[in-house]
Amino acid sequence: MKQYGGVIKPKTKRAKRFLDNRASKLTENVKNAMIMKGGNTSMTVTQALKDIYALKKPSAVLYKKKNITRPFEDSTSLEFFSKKTDSSLFLFGSHNKKRPNNLIFGRLFDFHVLDMIELGIEKYNSLSDIKGSKCPEGTKPMLVFAGDAFDHENEHKRLKSLLTDFFRGPVVPSVRLAGLEHVLHFTALEGKIYMRSYRSLLKKSGCRTPRIELEEIGPSFDFILRRTHLASDDLYKTAHKQPKALKPKKKKNISHDTFGTKFGRLHMQKQDLAKLQTRKMKGLRKRRGPAAAAVVAGETSLKSTEVE
Amino acid sequence: MAACSIEDLLAKAEQDEAEKLKSITVQKELDLEFDIGNLVAYDKNRIDIRQFREQKKEDFLRSLARDNTQLLVNEIWKHPTERVEEVIVVKLPEPTTPLPREKPPPKPRPPTKWEEFAKLKGIQKKKKTNLVWDDKVAKNELHRLRNIARAQKIKVPGVGLTPIAQQSKSDLARAVNVAKSSTASAGKFQDRLPKEKAPRNTGKKRKFQPVIGNFSNEKQRQLDLLKVMDSKKPRLDVNKAVNKQMREVDREEAAAKFKKGGKKGRKGGNFSGKGKGGGGKGKGKGRAGGKGQGPPSGKKGAGKPGKR
Repeated sequence: MKQYGGVIKPKTKRAKRFLDNRASKLTENVKNAMIMKGGNTSMTVTQALKDIYALKKPSAVLYKKKNITRPFEDSTSLEFFSKKTDSSLFLFGSHNKKRPNNLIFGRLFDFHVLDMIELGIEKYNSLSDIKGSKCPEGTKPMLVFAGDAFDHENEHKRLKSLLTDFFRGPVVPSVRLAGLEHVLHFTALEGKIYMRSYRSLLKKSGCRTPRIELEEIGPSFDFILRRTHLASDDLYKTAHKQPKALKPKKKKNISHDTFGTKFGRLHMQKQDLAKLQTRKMKGLRKRRGPAAAAVVAGETSLKSTEVE
Repeated sequence: MAACSIEDLLAKAEQDEAEKLKSITVQKELDLEFDIGNLVAYDKNRIDIRQFREQKKEDFLRSLARDNTQLLVNEIWKHPTERVEEVIVVKLPEPTTPLPREKPPPKPRPPTKWEEFAKLKGIQKKKKTNLVWDDKVAKNELHRLRNIARAQKIKVPGVGLTPIAQQSKSDLARAVNVAKSSTASAGKFQDRLPKEKAPRNTGKKRKFQPVIGNFSNEKQRQLDLLKVMDSKKPRLDVNKAVNKQMREVDREEAAAKFKKGGKKGRKGGNFSGKGKGGGGKGKGKGRAGGKGQGPPSGKKGAGKPGKR
């Protein structure tokens, strides 16, 4: 791609398509995640990254090579990678003595780091450890966040938002009822976060709504919250700004009352009640003077003769 | 008795309902918050730590997950469903959790140099109509105007050629000739291309009566001609005769003056030229009358010098 003072001019149609896909849009694409390894990684971390990549497929890229960077200190290489692959979520796995089995979940806004939360893996069961049939790839998972910490603590709130963003998948208008198989359950308890992945079985119940039975499938993690790098409030606010075009258009003249009845107003011109169009009754019509009276008499006599 | 049985019936019905719903009802202190657009459920209830420690961790988490998922599924099933190609799908509402965007919303493209200039000068964009010139319409319009002129007895200058879309060779040649001769000196001094031939068939077209046409007309015309030739009296055009007489008188006076004037009379040379021209004309036209006197058949060529 040829560059001219920062403006890239694509040479092929494929390049042009990629640039258009990467450009700002009104309704955005699914967030892509890049999963990468740090300078030193353990077996646990590599396996964990692979499992999360399996959960997040196809909107994720897994890098094989190690990247010797420290996201909390220098995030330039992360931003560079995100721009190259058009990813706004990342997962960085590393391992050292001070922070064993470290996973950093993060997201970017406009290819600059927005939030980063470091989680340490205390206990881990991989996909291969747990036997049983798994969910097909790409199913939209149901997410459940349990525990009051997710509501009271600031860091946990951000973590909740980050995890939702990470795992929710594409936003769709409708979902197949039989396809609601995957459930990701996060529990915040005693400073730890337990992540479990289940497969839901819809069993027959007496009524329309099925009874749920769960079967554990996917990776299970016991996380501990370590460092965080959260975005400042105004940057967070800017990131949330929705374009005006997306707001639903308010229809004028329509109002609802407390019962839910829909009201609208009709605007009419002033009516002249004297000239209103009503049913015409010939007998009630006004007759003028004696001539009129004679006419009436004549009419009535005529009518009587006709009848006879 | 009847009342008792009704009460029993109602109680039984309630029991049945409860039985049915038992499988899907979950007892919770606080109701869960849902974001069905994202398939997310938030459980804010406090988790009993003692229970968590007593039970096996996994079982506790699994039962908690099962309850929460059941509530989420109950909520999803409340939404409207539709059938799409033999598959039942549930229509999801818009997601309610505010999540940050990937990139800032697209900015409207900046105005170009021309647009800025136009705004500065107050130039508005004029919409061009989709009308295209059509030769048939133009011809129709021309004839229409000519008809109107003829009806209102307005003199209309002759139009050389009307434009035609598909022009043949002869049309083009004619157009060239018309263009050539439409100069101040009637095309006399226009250069010709090396191999261009002089245009033929130019000049006034003589109109002849058809050979076999109106018999009565032809008969009438021939008889008139004979009558004119037969008559002893010359056909006299009073106007022309008077003018001729006046000119004769003027010429005589001029000649008399010339004789008198001598040198001064050189000016008379002009008069003679005029007189000649006038005389020639008069002779030529007068000859028509004179024709009747002489022998009917004669050398017409010699007798008509003025006509050409």
